[in-house]
Amino acid sequence: MDHFPTNWGRPRNDAYDAYGTYPIAQRPYNGPKDTFEAGVQRTQQPIVTGTSVLALKYKDGIMMAADNLASYGSLARFKDIERLYPVGNNTVIGAGGDMSDFQYIQSLLDSLMIEEFTAQDGHSLGPKEIHEYLSQVMYGRRSKINPLWNSLIVGGFKDGKRFLAYVDLLGTTYSASTLATGYGAYIAQPLLRKAIEGYEDVLTEEQAEKIITECLKVLFYRDARSLNKYQIATITDKGVNVSESRSMETTWSFAEGIRGYGSQTQ
Amino acid sequence: MFRNTYDSDNTVFSPQGRLHQVEYALEAVKQGSAAVGLRSKTHSVLLALKRSSGELASYQQKMFRIDDHVGIAIAGLTSDARVLSNFMRQQAMSSKMVFNRPAPVNRLVSAIADKAQVNTQEYGRRPYGVGFLVIGLDQSGPHLYEFSPSGNSYEYYAMSIGARSQSAKTYLEKYYESFADCSLEELIKHGLHALRETLQQDKALNVNNTSIGILGPASVHETGIPPSGSFRILEGESIQPFLDTMVPKDVPPPAAPSGGAADEDVQMQE
Repeated sequence: MDHFPTNWGRPRNDAYDAYGTYPIAQRPYNGPKDTFEAGVQRTQQPIVTGTSVLALKYKDGIMMAADNLASYGSLARFKDIERLYPVGNNTVIGAGGDMSDFQYIQSLLDSLMIEEFTAQDGHSLGPKEIHEYLSQVMYGRRSKINPLWNSLIVGGFKDGKRFLAYVDLLGTTYSASTLATGYGAYIAQPLLRKAIEGYEDVLTEEQAEKIITECLKVLFYRDARSLNKYQIATITDKGVNVSESRSMETTWSFAEGIRGYGSQTQ
Repeated sequence: MFRNTYDSDNTVFSPQGRLHQVEYALEAVKQGSAAVGLRSKTHSVLLALKRSSGELASYQQKMFRIDDHVGIAIAGLTSDARVLSNFMRQQAMSSKMVFNRPAPVNRLVSAIADKAQVNTQEYGRRPYGVGFLVIGLDQSGPHLYEFSPSGNSYEYYAMSIGARSQSAKTYLEKYYESFADCSLEELIKHGLHALRETLQQDKALNVNNTSIGILGPASVHETGIPPSGSFRILEGESIQPFLDTMVPKDVPPPAAPSGGAADEDVQMQE
């Protein structure tokens, strides 16, 4: 029985320490909360954004790719942003959407992995656990009407198993053998599906890389928020490898004859 | 009023460098009826002796399920045990919800040990008057831990706590090297033998006063256990087959064979 009338009729605080088992200084507060006490504002729209992340399963593990662009509206503002981020020894997360929120997620995961590491008991968080954690964080934030404005792909390889799953700003999750966020979900996903589905266990790293760079190239031609500078990550039984930034060759000579492209003579 | 000058506050050292209240809390554990835990390569088991306060009363519960992969047996104050086991359950649920991972057993034990330690240092509090044997199954296999009110926790091959647990310990120390390769049935038999050592004269283990907690694949005497071998507590009639495997304590010396010379190839089972 709660003898404090101010608590009656309020949702239960699960952290509330009914037995007073915490030392006084650490006891969770169960009193009424004013959500707006700090005069907070919520994210209404993403500001500095990253576009597509592509990911696929292949024979040896997971391959992910993303370009190095962070746009400010339609301005190509930052051309050296890394959107593939290794977490621990078995996982890479790739992010589209708001880059400041992504940096916040990186710091969350960094603290989490440090805490896990300091336990030094042989247990570690794999891709499955990190994806579940992210989905809870994302859903929690959207439930506070203050979402982290990202779509994330979590790829990993642990205990001989490939893991590839998606989570976004609403906390929606799904899993498939090919995944793409942002514009790539429309442009690259059909190409990836055609190339990958049914061949997850036979495609070599070289073949997978060829497919994924081809998709990036299509995106670079079609997606006005993309860049021809990109990175590819692989997660296999050998661990995580995120490549250096590389550029791809593109040709625009065909644009000469298209009205709307380049300089117009009349 | 106090037995000792340094009894009033558990945060005050005695000149001998001891915390008397903490040591009394350890005594509270010894007041509770005994519990025994053993571990093999495949299983962890708990066995406990239940007490009833009278003929009209039921037997006091000695084992609690924390999660599918963790169970505990207690000795000492049951009410303190409920607080700590509720806390462990919360930790286990939170690990499942946040990470979709069964809580690592050592972390559950460390978490309650840390809570117990705070009680030995902060003013105005008292130590928990209960000890646990915790069994768990995680990525690193089956485990057995002891938790005590002093804030210590250790991992064991086999351990006993509670009243007259020293006798059980003596038994376990004699046989523990064989436990690693034991079948579940043998492990439980050893456990029952150890638990029997804690009984008073003229008392015996029976289906009413014995609890068996098991983690690991099913025994031949069990039915309907999922292959994951999640934690279950056997009580009542279901433990009769295990009690039947026990070797009577006072085995009369093998009677001289009536039919003349004994067959020397036959080894008599002790």
